[in-house]
Amino acid sequence: MAQLQNLSANSWENVTPARKNVDVPEGLWLKCPECAGLIYRKTMEEQQHTCPDCRYHFRVSAKQRIEMLVDPGSFEEMDADIAPVDVLKFADKKAYSKRLTDEQKKTGSKDGLRAGRAFVKGRPVVLAVMDFTFMAGSMGAVVGEKITRAVERAVKENLPLVMVCCSGGARMQESTISLMQMAKTSAALARLDEAGGLFICLLADPTYGGTTASFAMLGDVIFAEPKALIGFAGPRVIASTIRAELPAGFQTAEFLQEKGFIDRIVARQDLRSEIARTIDYCGK
Amino acid sequence: MFREFAMAKQASTSTAFTLEFEKPILQMERQIGDLVTLQETKGTDYSAEINALRQSLTAMLRKTYQGLTAWETVQVARHPARPQTRDYIDMIVKDFDEVHGDRKFGDDKTMVTGMGRISGHKCMIIGHHKGRDTKEKIACNFGCAHPEGYRKALLKMQFAEKFGLPVVTFIDTPGAYPGIGSEERGVAEAIAVNLREMSRLRVPIVCIVIGEGGSGGALGIGVGDRLAMMQYAWYSVISPEGCSGILWKGGENTADAAEALKLTSKYLKSMGIIDEIIEEPLGAAHRNPRAAADGVEKYIDKTLRELKRVPVEKLVDQRYERIRKLGTDAVTSA
Repeated sequence: MAQLQNLSANSWENVTPARKNVDVPEGLWLKCPECAGLIYRKTMEEQQHTCPDCRYHFRVSAKQRIEMLVDPGSFEEMDADIAPVDVLKFADKKAYSKRLTDEQKKTGSKDGLRAGRAFVKGRPVVLAVMDFTFMAGSMGAVVGEKITRAVERAVKENLPLVMVCCSGGARMQESTISLMQMAKTSAALARLDEAGGLFICLLADPTYGGTTASFAMLGDVIFAEPKALIGFAGPRVIASTIRAELPAGFQTAEFLQEKGFIDRIVARQDLRSEIARTIDYCGK
Repeated sequence: MFREFAMAKQASTSTAFTLEFEKPILQMERQIGDLVTLQETKGTDYSAEINALRQSLTAMLRKTYQGLTAWETVQVARHPARPQTRDYIDMIVKDFDEVHGDRKFGDDKTMVTGMGRISGHKCMIIGHHKGRDTKEKIACNFGCAHPEGYRKALLKMQFAEKFGLPVVTFIDTPGAYPGIGSEERGVAEAIAVNLREMSRLRVPIVCIVIGEGGSGGALGIGVGDRLAMMQYAWYSVISPEGCSGILWKGGENTADAAEALKLTSKYLKSMGIIDEIIEEPLGAAHRNPRAAADGVEKYIDKTLRELKRVPVEKLVDQRYERIRKLGTDAVTSA
């Protein structure tokens, strides 16, 4: 036991502490949250939204992710018209319906996920990408429905399913409805599994809560971006429950790989070829 | 049996824990008790007064429990004397054979699993147990299961599948345990796998929320052919406290959060998320655990009779259809 503890203590030294400021600031120049270097925005964007010096991976919207991931012009969106309905009439300090219209205006999307067919290095795939810019990528009925349809499409057309997760978890404003999307997406994935379909999942920063506890952890192959934070309960909730500080590097992709829950950490630059290679190995 | 006794004892000393809105009820209960003792010791006949008081007590209970707010419902669901999984097992399961461990890491005491007979149906019983006294509560982490609990549940469900035993789950958890070990051992993965595997398990699955239905930790043993809730149970994506802390930026709005989350059995039934509400005795399950258990047993018997008639292929297909349509009325294609 003591040996085990030592081992994990050693491994935590290899990972850097969680970052605080992760929103990408506006402007021509920006500071890298990791190495504190000054970066020219255009260079950062040209290098797949990573820091040219330290390869820090900036968060990206679903649109940017799709552009980086698929063969140019090959994305054919489906179910773009599906929009949320506030059946619970949820209101906290702000009404959910108002929050939705604000987010829709801000992002130009109906909800927090884009799905469609595309090619990755010439291989046809069904793609579903969560959008962290829309209500922190939270999963409500629309996200659940679109994922389920994407899975069903992958089964029907015998295509590999590629999913990019980045989400704060299930959407509180849809309460039990959003909770049930965990069951729905997982049940659909059982069918894909039975049909012998391939499901490649990429976990990007951050992936939490109901998203992690359903489809995100059900990939045949699970990739994660370097240093992405991935977990079930948020670090603040855990810290306040156990009343202790969390170890450095807790819930990072590196931590998860160490604990055996993801297959590989893949840098953004290598993602396209890693996906293509996996598809080829699986004969899909 | 011992447990039933302990429960009754706890219920009779419920002055130790009083819900705010139950105070007038308890006061009247005490008055009746005093009168009964007086009648016995003095030999004077107070039966008319006692009867009158009993009638107004019933009326008061009915009125109070009809008008419970969402937050009050949550409090009833958390009442310390409310029957828990092991209580239901003691009251309605014959020949309970407990089986332990996930054969990977350990035996999570929060997750109780074992074979038994309910109304003659042989089945696998799985449930969260919160614990009654302090020692048991700590051993059970107050009902918050660890990953090994979910893996234990799945292992036993797969055993049940192999031998054709239907699965009955009792859901009663504030949520899966948020801790370092829980994350290290992949609580999210454990829940996710359960959701996928329960959706295609080739035996009937009946799920009942008996107390708290706290988020993914509840759903982790909550995917099945039928989902029922006890009348005063709650089920939601997050606890009212958690929701209030995030959306209201403070812990003072738990009642508002509980209301907004629409977490009561009545609402969830109207939404079609649950199939049935199991009525509780007057004044909720903690007043009369036996009557509550009878309701649960009746529901399980009725439902298993229905489900056992369905051929397994059709059963699994119907289960998928049931899950597939969840939330489809909360989206629109413009």
